[in-house]
Amino acid sequence: MPEIIGSDSPKPFDQTQGRFVPATPLTPRRRGIVIGASDGLGAELARLLVREGYSLALIARRKEKLDAICRELNANDQAARAYIHDVSEYDKVPALLRKIVADLGGLDLVVFVAAVNLPPGGMDKYNFENDRTMIEVNLLGAMAWLHPIAEMFQSARAGQIVGISSVAGDRGRVGNPGNNVSKAGLTTYLEALRNRLTRHGVNVLTVKPGFLKTEMLKAAMGPTPFSIDPGRAADVIVRAMKKRKQVIYTASIWRWIMLAIQHTPSFIFRRLSF
Amino acid sequence: MTVSFKETVILLPTMTLNLSTQYKRLENFGHSLQTSCYHIPVRSTGDLSEAFQFAKKLGLKVTARGTGISYNDASLNGGGVVLDMRGMNQILAWDPASGVVRCESGVTLEQLWQKVEPDGWWPPVVSGTMKTTLGGCLGANIHGKNNFQAGPIGEHVTEFTAMLPTGALVTCTPKKNADLFYALISGLGMLGVFTSITLKMKRIHSGLISVDAWHASDLRRQLGDLVEHAPEYDYIVGWLDTTAIGKRLGRGQIHAARSLEEGEDSNAAETIQLKFQHLPDRLFGVMPKSFLHYFMSPFMNNLGVWGVNTAKYVSALRHHTFRQSHAAFHFLLDYVPDWERSFGRGGLIQYQSFLPKETAEDAWRVMIQLSHRRGLPSYLGVTKRHRPDKFLFTHAVDGFSLAMDFKVTDRNRARLSAMLQEFDRIVLDAGGRFYFAKNSETSAESTRRFLGAEAVSKFNKLKKRCDPNGLLESDLYRRLFL
Repeated sequence: MPEIIGSDSPKPFDQTQGRFVPATPLTPRRRGIVIGASDGLGAELARLLVREGYSLALIARRKEKLDAICRELNANDQAARAYIHDVSEYDKVPALLRKIVADLGGLDLVVFVAAVNLPPGGMDKYNFENDRTMIEVNLLGAMAWLHPIAEMFQSARAGQIVGISSVAGDRGRVGNPGNNVSKAGLTTYLEALRNRLTRHGVNVLTVKPGFLKTEMLKAAMGPTPFSIDPGRAADVIVRAMKKRKQVIYTASIWRWIMLAIQHTPSFIFRRLSF
Repeated sequence: MTVSFKETVILLPTMTLNLSTQYKRLENFGHSLQTSCYHIPVRSTGDLSEAFQFAKKLGLKVTARGTGISYNDASLNGGGVVLDMRGMNQILAWDPASGVVRCESGVTLEQLWQKVEPDGWWPPVVSGTMKTTLGGCLGANIHGKNNFQAGPIGEHVTEFTAMLPTGALVTCTPKKNADLFYALISGLGMLGVFTSITLKMKRIHSGLISVDAWHASDLRRQLGDLVEHAPEYDYIVGWLDTTAIGKRLGRGQIHAARSLEEGEDSNAAETIQLKFQHLPDRLFGVMPKSFLHYFMSPFMNNLGVWGVNTAKYVSALRHHTFRQSHAAFHFLLDYVPDWERSFGRGGLIQYQSFLPKETAEDAWRVMIQLSHRRGLPSYLGVTKRHRPDKFLFTHAVDGFSLAMDFKVTDRNRARLSAMLQEFDRIVLDAGGRFYFAKNSETSAESTRRFLGAEAVSKFNKLKKRCDPNGLLESDLYRRLFL
């Protein structure tokens, strides 16, 4: 029988100095960034990942919310630090990324969750400003962050990229063209990264959630079938990460639904009001 | 001299830097710790100062790295700049008449002994592997099997030049800038980076060394023999069977060696030649030794190691005397290339403690027993005899050291960590010390305790003076001093 295990093993995050403590062979740490961590799926992923032994840099726009998540995570000797940033401030990304990687002491994982959903408000409405914001956050924000990280991971020949896209990107539909485009763009971008990086030992996981019971669900028009808790989705995503999967749907039934939708011929699809 | 301009420098704006950088995953010698860093190869002092300025501009920390074979995080700097010093590898001056050599800091012990040995000289202090760079040797202030009489390598340095993070070059000798001399040597590269090093070699009269080997039937005899017989020899080292229990606990074998006097080796002219020193690369002349670690890994478990240690002890029972080449005697760690890979995916760590001769036996008995009770035996134990020295971060005591290798697995990490914390307490209570090139788990608190408040505050003052912007930081520094 092992005797009492020492309780004074080094804590991964030194709260008095606000810094991550270096990993050692016996207290290894994986280091990750969650972009869009202040609520919903991002926050749930952060909760799960610290439990998995990650030191995390959490990025979001809203300071109060992000600080609250950080406090919650660090209450149990877990390691998280908040960085306030708007992903559409592309110019600030390299310097912030460099700072985060230095603070974390390396980087093994990035999860891009940040997204906005601003529907035009009807089948016959158009709103360029909203569409532009969605492209700027959902797609260009992802590219601004994942470009340099992809380059780092390729160079280090290790790492994992998780991009939260959406089933919305699988087909252009009548309700929210801007969102469809941003997510289709993100899905294709992640696929391109995967094709570039797999040969360098880097895993790229595309996650396509259906409806999640979060703030964003309120933006959806009409019924929201198969909606699941973000906590459950996070659980599925972390398991897929461990298996180094390529593309997953949450809930998994969306894979089959989207398969059917993707193969619905246009002469039918264009007559649907969905 | 500037090196090739590289267009895509990841995350680092290129216009300011003429050096190539690569974001790279680096690891420790035991393959038990990995992290990624901005890797910048350095070839001159000009490169060095440029790299310092560049890191300062970007707010990144800097660590110098030689061959990267310390057991812990001494040359790792996760998310920061790692200066690869292997490019500064010129032997600048060698005088076979006086035995004084001046080298750049990236020169390895391998380069050094191969340069001086044919002229009848040998490095005064060497580590168990010849792959270490002189800069690293001075940073950790390495010791050899002759520590009890020759002291650490720092005592054989007559002069060195180091670049401070401000870009200033300082030249130190035991007289000139003495405070920096005794702090930079042993200072883990946290005050400055060595650029050139002048060392005095030791005279040899033959390519051979005379070795006596005998067994010690328990820990008391092993340590007793180290004390009693050290004065008769130039080198002494003990192998300790870490798996033996009960009355046999601490049994092992002593290897003691003395250099041959002039005329003792009738073939000296031949044995002193370099080709005589080379380690064979095949076992029994047939099997390439680079394969050997694959055959070792099946034995790298508690049972297998018990078998190997027991067999080794039985074969050690015969007292014998033999002669072997200097390289074969000193560089045991190079005898089986990549042997550390046999420890498997989790790699290995080493725990080395230095204890005064009065308390060593009891403390180590408790520690070895504890490792047996926990089911976490060390797989290799090595004892040495030491004497104190006056370097700032000295690890030596008037006593002994015991180095223990442990295999790391996903399943034993937490238990091993807890056990090593208990080891730390036992060692500190017994007045012991630790060595920065080895232990990877020592805490900041234990470090302050064994170094003493005076040494730490002296170091902090020097750190402010040499590195006012706090540019030099390694993972080890962050673990132990922040």
